[in-house]
Amino acid sequence: MRLHEYQSKQLFAKQGVPIPRGEVAETPAQVRAIAEKLGGAVAVKSQVLVGGRGKAGGIRLAKSPEEAEQLAAGIFELEINGLPVRKILVDEAAEISTEIYLGVTNDRTQGSPVLIASAEGGVEIEEVARTHPDKIARAWVDPLIGLRDYQARNLAAAMELPRQHWSEFSQMARGLFDTYWNSDATLAEINPLVITRQDQLLALDGKIVIDDNALYRHPELEQLRDLDEEAPSEREARGLGLSYVKLEGNIGCMVNGAGLAMATMDVIKGLGGEPANFLDIGGGAAAEKVAAAIQIILADPEVNSMMFNIFGGITRCDEVARGILMGLEQVPREVYLVTRLVGTNEELGRKILADAKMDTASSLVEAAEMVIEAAKMGVTE
Amino acid sequence: MSILIDKDTRVLVQGITGREGLFHASQMLDYGTQVVAGVTPGKGGDWVLDGKVPVFDTVERALAATGANCSVLFVPAKFAGDAMLEAGDAGVPLVICITEGVPIQDMMKVRRYLDQEGVRLVGPNCPGLLTPGESKAGIIPGRIADLGSIGVVSRSGTLTYEVLYALQQAGLGVTTCVGIGGDPISGTRFTDALQMFEDDHHTEAVVMIGEIGGEEEERAADFISSSMTKPVVAFIAGQSAPPGKRMGHAGAIIEAGSGKAADKVAALQSAGVSVAENPEAIPELLN
Repeated sequence: MRLHEYQSKQLFAKQGVPIPRGEVAETPAQVRAIAEKLGGAVAVKSQVLVGGRGKAGGIRLAKSPEEAEQLAAGIFELEINGLPVRKILVDEAAEISTEIYLGVTNDRTQGSPVLIASAEGGVEIEEVARTHPDKIARAWVDPLIGLRDYQARNLAAAMELPRQHWSEFSQMARGLFDTYWNSDATLAEINPLVITRQDQLLALDGKIVIDDNALYRHPELEQLRDLDEEAPSEREARGLGLSYVKLEGNIGCMVNGAGLAMATMDVIKGLGGEPANFLDIGGGAAAEKVAAAIQIILADPEVNSMMFNIFGGITRCDEVARGILMGLEQVPREVYLVTRLVGTNEELGRKILADAKMDTASSLVEAAEMVIEAAKMGVTE
Repeated sequence: MSILIDKDTRVLVQGITGREGLFHASQMLDYGTQVVAGVTPGKGGDWVLDGKVPVFDTVERALAATGANCSVLFVPAKFAGDAMLEAGDAGVPLVICITEGVPIQDMMKVRRYLDQEGVRLVGPNCPGLLTPGESKAGIIPGRIADLGSIGVVSRSGTLTYEVLYALQQAGLGVTTCVGIGGDPISGTRFTDALQMFEDDHHTEAVVMIGEIGGEEEERAADFISSSMTKPVVAFIAGQSAPPGKRMGHAGAIIEAGSGKAADKVAALQSAGVSVAENPEAIPELLN
């Protein structure tokens, strides 16, 4: 679960990380009021959970409350990478002399948190990693011990940060790490961390991603969830215990198991078809779950054909076949469907579907070819 | 022959009185696995599965009474981290965590601790291990694999079954199938399993099933080109997956430009690995 910039910075501030004075507004008039209160120039920043806000014109600098209100009116009209702007953060503008990157994430290979710092702040760290890999300093944190003071100093030294800032920088690194650790984040970053002309360190922008599997121990963070983060169909699927990702194609897919679901999409794509979605119905697929999955797939108007790929290990193919028939009865739309059933009770499952005059296949490639053919003809019976 | 488990492996099931734990313990018993004990705190003294398996309150007691040397966990995600540590501290040398959804922070601590204690962890979020005809420690359906000379290691569940089934249809048997799991942080990695298969005299070739996310396939490619003499055939799932989206598994996500299927395929191919276009094409690449 991703947090907005203003939410992230508020969490940082609780751990002693200095952030600009600022407040969140939901209307241009509120933006003006906040700007008046702050006095002087302000940054007017759209709060949407996608990258590229700056490029899309979602972050602007205003010299007066009037200008802030005017800019905000325009920003509230924007749609940034498909997301509406519902909130704007109004921050006191900082006079920047230096921009630094400071982040912490999980290193999958090392199995530990890694603190990353770079003197090349203000741009995406992936970009720096590509163009100036030597400009990135890392410190791996032992998950059983936690961040040690010298590690933060090492980062400051590696960036050749002037010594006068080391102590303040170390405190910020500590605050960032504590925020990350205490909130079960998978990523927490300050970008840019600026040194102002007044020689103060400030977290100008912030980002936090929380581990969904750990949200149960952070009910206060769960409440910060922005429902715009995922498509309504994906949210609905998640509520039903299904893993669904909408794609651009016209061939609906239903598969048991995430790896097999990806492989099924790959085979369809590899043979010239366009999958409409990723959908993993999970193990033990009860009929109700199958029915719910069918409804979610068919709610996508682009879908004109479907392929179900079921490998029955623990799951019984006959049970799935019955679930498919039950599910199809509940949906008014009729589109071409081919089902590939392999494993436990496959003959029984195939017979149930054949009796209902439905196509079945025994191999993955065969099924994919059948559904691609149908999708191309745009069969909607 | 095999790696990690064989007919002498004495399996303990943590969470045996839960729905999943009980069902799969019974499947393991039916397969011929020596399921010698179960653990559920508060249920010590009970017997389950027609009185065949005793239940203990703690792993320590189960070990003292039965000499189990492998633990398979079906413990709910909230308690799985603690259960893995309990197994390690009690002296279980091989811990297999089937549970999905364990918080990443828990896994970072558990993996570091068990590594330091010399305990081998497989998983979490994995289907476990299968040595055909000898032992099954996990949830891989037993009848889709025959004993043979192919080692299988995979990040997936049903996709692994798909591959095992394709091998069986082609008349190819398996030494051991290792499901390492779909989480971002797991105990046993590809490189660990490849090393074990390289050292196992009965394994003649290895099938490796990877997917998008992380860099373990790239590390495996480095390992294969530097340290493996046996042929490796691979399949990488997620060629058509969009970036930034989690594809079912917690670890299956292309992020910050890293973890793409194409990069993994390229790395493996340059290490001399044959990469199959689809799972059904794997057997012919082994010939």
